[in-house]
Amino acid sequence: MAEPLLQITNVSKRFGGFTALDGVDLAVAPGERFGLIGPNGSGKTTLINCISGSLRNESGSIRFGGEDISALPAYQRTRRGIARSFQIPRPFSSMTVMENLMVPLEFVRHRHTLHRSDTRAEALEILGSISLADKADTPSNQLSQVELRKMELARAMAARPRLLISDEAMAGLSGAEIDEVLAILFKLNDSGITIIMIEHIMQAVMRFSQRVVCLDAGKIICEGAPGAIITNANVQRAYLGN
Amino acid sequence: MTARGYRFWIGAAIVLSAACVAAAVVKNEYYFYAAYVVIQFVVLATAWNILGGYAGYVNFGSSAFFGVGAYIAVMLIKWLNLPLGLQIIAAAAVGGTLGFGVGLLTLRLRGIFFSIATVAITIILETAVINWRFVGGATGIQILRPPVMEPFESYTKMLFVCMVLLAIIAVAIARHIETSWIGRGLRAIRDNEEAAECTGVPTLKLKLAACAISGALMSAAGAPLAMYQSFVEPASAFNLTYSVSALAMPIIGGTSHWLGPVLGALLLGSVQQIVTVTVSSELNVLVVGVLLVVFVVAAPQGLVGLFTKVKDKVKGN
Amino acid sequence: MDLLLDAVIFGLLLGCFYAAVSVGLTVAFGLLDVPHIAHPAFLVLGAYCTWLLNGYGLDPIVAGIVLMPAFMALGMAVYRFYYETFERRGSDAGLRGLAFFFGVVFIIEVGLILLFGVDQRLVEAAYIGKSLDIGDTRLPLRMLVAFAMALILTAGLALYLSKTFTGRAIKAVAQDETALRLMGANPVRIKQWAFGIATAVTGLAGALLIIIGPVEPTIDRVYIGRTFCVVVLAGLGSMSGTLLAGIILGISESIVLTMLGASWAPAVSFGLLLVMLGIRPQGLFGR
Repeated sequence: MAEPLLQITNVSKRFGGFTALDGVDLAVAPGERFGLIGPNGSGKTTLINCISGSLRNESGSIRFGGEDISALPAYQRTRRGIARSFQIPRPFSSMTVMENLMVPLEFVRHRHTLHRSDTRAEALEILGSISLADKADTPSNQLSQVELRKMELARAMAARPRLLISDEAMAGLSGAEIDEVLAILFKLNDSGITIIMIEHIMQAVMRFSQRVVCLDAGKIICEGAPGAIITNANVQRAYLGN
Repeated sequence: MTARGYRFWIGAAIVLSAACVAAAVVKNEYYFYAAYVVIQFVVLATAWNILGGYAGYVNFGSSAFFGVGAYIAVMLIKWLNLPLGLQIIAAAAVGGTLGFGVGLLTLRLRGIFFSIATVAITIILETAVINWRFVGGATGIQILRPPVMEPFESYTKMLFVCMVLLAIIAVAIARHIETSWIGRGLRAIRDNEEAAECTGVPTLKLKLAACAISGALMSAAGAPLAMYQSFVEPASAFNLTYSVSALAMPIIGGTSHWLGPVLGALLLGSVQQIVTVTVSSELNVLVVGVLLVVFVVAAPQGLVGLFTKVKDKVKGN
Repeated sequence: MDLLLDAVIFGLLLGCFYAAVSVGLTVAFGLLDVPHIAHPAFLVLGAYCTWLLNGYGLDPIVAGIVLMPAFMALGMAVYRFYYETFERRGSDAGLRGLAFFFGVVFIIEVGLILLFGVDQRLVEAAYIGKSLDIGDTRLPLRMLVAFAMALILTAGLALYLSKTFTGRAIKAVAQDETALRLMGANPVRIKQWAFGIATAVTGLAGALLIIIGPVEPTIDRVYIGRTFCVVVLAGLGSMSGTLLAGIILGISESIVLTMLGASWAPAVSFGLLLVMLGIRPQGLFGR
């Protein structure tokens, strides 16, 4: 593998007496489509919270683009190129869709050149690329579930990330809607963005990922190509129990 | 500058000239005495809204900042006999620092801890002043007004114009924050702090800045109190009723637009003046409390929200 | 040295009383996460109701117990209202809920002023005004009665929460609402019940408030500091922590009172609270 974009070494995280992550090692290559699976409570969300900076890991290191980012606050990580969506969508609900996108445009992409940038046009362009432009002036608390998911992806894209973490962006969507979101993620990946997908919908994650890692009880239990993962005995045990 | 920007500044110039003209023409001192208090609440409410309305962090300690402003002025008068302008600037500097300090201590925590901390600051500062002989202790301190400056014919009128100017500055700052990227960042914080941080908003820095600016404006509003009353005592300067008014006015007026706190302060402030004179000062606190609860329950967007609703309906038909 | 010993003994009695006036908040804020800034105002309301009943010759403690069902109903109504208007609607609930309770504080304060005036009110009972002398230490009987009642109240509530089914459900709802819902319990009804219990206990604590000293309508303001200080110090939601935290506050206040004088006393609880928020917001006994 070439120099990894994201290198996680021996990361642990405890909540009180509960060990959520236990010495996780992981490397994601630039441009990779990476799937992260595991049963509920296996530590997937904790892991990506540690990557995005919503939580701080207690031990180990997280390197992004060769730089140790473990001690950085979340907004600094976003500015370095890590963007994410949330498992339960978190729109800025008092704002319109357009304004939601303006936040990362103003605080990440154009924070030094705000006075000479047309952020509205740029937001519209991003919305257009995922066919959400007609909703630009809709208050975000009036969106449907799939529109909300798409807006979260658009907001993440507006930060012009190198790594996008999609946290169950397809939960609760219909088959056609899942295809739509998957198409967006493929397109993003084509443009050079590395993507980590956390997903319960196996079919989607297997179709999308080049490589999949399965977490159970805070540990990586196996890693490999989608075809190998799905038949792996450890994975089946973790999901179905003994 | 945008067309709206020009209109705002023209409006501000008109308000200021109107205040000056009124000071020259109207003879009855009492009007200025009452109007001063109402305008002072415009400053307090606008300042509260910068942190409370935009970022969603509820400050219960407006009275702490207000009282600090008043007592900074007292100290400067006693020590150095500094003029009013410098008293206000010094008060703003101290208030801003205090806001920054309180923010640093508690703005990392959930909103309610910040709110409780602001009550704590109020009581602690009041206790400290009560025990400080130099500024008069619990019994308060008498302040001698210097001779009034030209072209004003009375000190109250001068303070009134000064407070109008302060209100314009406060509203201009709030408006600038609201319409710029700072305001968008603060609103993102209020809507969802974790999402804000993950979209690149430096949440702690923005909150600290808002808290410091808000504190500075509140203390500036308190500074002229010493001259206005010619007397300052801790029990009234740090009174929690300032806190509840500073919070109720923006909520009643509407927290999402700079006009909300101005409207709320003008309306509620005037009602308070009338009720205090005609009935009792206790009843005026009751009015504030009841209106606050009614609006927070029934009209969370405040008067501004009600107006836009009506406007939309008219347009729709 | 004797002075200091007296201060510590007095502080111990006072501290248990502080725990008793705070346990309601431990449940309401610590366990249920309601930003109940009006808790001290409810406490003063309880004290005034006790004063009214005492006017008819009722013993203040009996009066406090008589008040409990009414306060329970009041608490349940308040929670229901809070839930329907704020908690259920999500997003802006924090800001608006806080503003709501802050408004309630002033409505109660001014309501009491308009009804009963700003004068201090006292209750009468056989044990008020007498004192018990042990060696050189003079202990006012009213403090001892309040101390005993405070212990019973705090221990009773702690037992209720740990031993009964509903009590355990209340603790569970604080930790994991979804799990509770899966078990078939309705979290909202449990929270409503819990808030009722918390308010009932606060009513009785209000009786203790007027037993240990005179009460006036705005006395709730210093109790904002005392009750929140105890609850934060205890580590939100811990009953045994509440008792210990109350004692720590009581002794600190009593020592400051002896050494520096009464005018500094209000700053003790607020100062301690501020220090805790700054360095250890999870409390002394929290994780």
